[in-house]
Amino acid sequence: MRGTVWVFGDEINTDVITPSDYFGEPIEVMAEHIFEPERPEFVEAFEAGDVVVAGHHFGSGSSRESAPAAIQEAGLGAVVAESFSRIFYRNAIAIGLPAVTCPGVTDLFDEGDEAEIDLDAGVVRNRTTGEGLAAEPLPEAIQDIFDRGGLIELYRNDPEGLRIEE
Amino acid sequence: MGSTMAEKLLSGPSGSGTPSPGDHVVREVDVLMMHDLGTRGVMERLEEMGVEELYDPDRIVCPLDHVAPSHTVDDANAKTRIREFVDEMGIESFYEVGTGIAHQVLYEQGHYKPGDLLVGTDSHTTTAGAFGVGGTGMGHTDAAYVAATGHSWFRVPETVRFEVSGTFGERVSTKDLLLHIAAEYGTDVGQYRALEYFGEAIEDAALEDRVTLSNMSIELGAKFGFTPVDDVVTDFVDERVDEDYPIPNPDEDADYRAVHEVDADELRPKVAVPHKVGNVVDVDDVVGTELDQVFIGSCTNGKFEDLKAAAAVLEGGSVDPRTRVIVTPASRDVYRRALETGVAETLTAAGATITNSTCGACIGMGMGVLGEGEVCLAAMNRNFQGRMGADSSEIYLSSPETAAASALTGHITDPGEV
Repeated sequence: MRGTVWVFGDEINTDVITPSDYFGEPIEVMAEHIFEPERPEFVEAFEAGDVVVAGHHFGSGSSRESAPAAIQEAGLGAVVAESFSRIFYRNAIAIGLPAVTCPGVTDLFDEGDEAEIDLDAGVVRNRTTGEGLAAEPLPEAIQDIFDRGGLIELYRNDPEGLRIEE
Repeated sequence: MGSTMAEKLLSGPSGSGTPSPGDHVVREVDVLMMHDLGTRGVMERLEEMGVEELYDPDRIVCPLDHVAPSHTVDDANAKTRIREFVDEMGIESFYEVGTGIAHQVLYEQGHYKPGDLLVGTDSHTTTAGAFGVGGTGMGHTDAAYVAATGHSWFRVPETVRFEVSGTFGERVSTKDLLLHIAAEYGTDVGQYRALEYFGEAIEDAALEDRVTLSNMSIELGAKFGFTPVDDVVTDFVDERVDEDYPIPNPDEDADYRAVHEVDADELRPKVAVPHKVGNVVDVDDVVGTELDQVFIGSCTNGKFEDLKAAAAVLEGGSVDPRTRVIVTPASRDVYRRALETGVAETLTAAGATITNSTCGACIGMGMGVLGEGEVCLAAMNRNFQGRMGADSSEIYLSSPETAAASALTGHITDPGEV
């Protein structure tokens, strides 16, 4: 996938991604207010398929699934971060939002650069500068959840569900 | 090689061995907690999945705490659907509005025991770590999957251990320790990891003061936050649970990512300044900051020990007339204990307002929402921008002791100075 890059800092928390002012509202409404406390102009300016590049601990704070769900609903293509908060990360896997851990990614991009993300190859490229970095791979069993489009699809196809050989 | 608490709690059925950090495992979950906002999400997902029967309704606990009582017709209607859902699904452990905040209710009502694996639709599910329980937060989809299948996947975390020696000074508490750790070791010290807090200062701390550490471990990024399983814990559990259980304390030769030593005697009262939990300073650096509101509450600091500590500071005094002081007990049981012990009388006489038990002000859902530009000192868990209300408002975090001292003066105050 390809998209224009928006660069965010460290510790973009769940109250910044989905402000509590819109708690209980439908996800379509929350999607119209993502990142509002930090960057009120963002929702007006981004285009579908754009990519969020962020620093460490993206999605810290609450377990609210509305954070990745609103990003997905808004039409952003992916979030690529130095690291993710674990609950955000597993929520993203559960709903099938590409959340790519890529150490060094904040040095790879400037705002407005064009990103290309190859999820299968695990590579993040900056098409503006030509540079690229390897993304951290998911373990096979977890990648499978993501590949099927999330846990709901996994359940529909295989109600017996998750198995990991030990 | 011995095992950490996290490794023990994520070990499989007997005989399958103990997993290592980095392993991914699938485990049967002992308890699933879902609160009002969580249950709404889980209900939607279950419908999408086509699930009509739950794996085991007796493993599910459903407290209505986040928006309680309802403040809009939409929320009231949503709660009606939750009540219908728990009846249809046969979920008996349902707690009405006002019973308390989920994490408090889970331990007060004996919903788990050491060795259990607990997941909840709330990040502060780590609270259960003070009871030897592997408690961790998840989103609605993961929780719905647990409700349907009884199972979830877990990545076995490495563990960072804090050895806390010495004694907490007067009006210095575990909240100050937690904020100190956030400042000194970073709010990612627990990222993808478990935390263990041991040492004499922890063993000497009241159980509910240990809970502050397990609860706020999520603010350090952690999957679990554990304190020792000792007589204090087992006595508490035995009064509520009539089942055998293991004692999942770490082995002496367990392998840690890091071990950090902290001397409780050295700690000063701490304050986290806007808008990150890791922006921590000694109270001395922010003394005098004018306050519109003081809040003491939430799953982090609405416990009985917190209210008692605040009352000890407020005893005989009066809160500043230009500062509103809101106290939200973590449960109705906490409120009753506060009534029985005179704590509620002390708080009320000093001019504090005691609300019903709810997440309320801590998540900006009523009972203390901040307006444009307002400043609040809060004994709670997060000072994220806009969390308690307006994006232009400012939240400082402290212990209940520091919050109470500041309530008396109307500005941030060293609790040792009042």
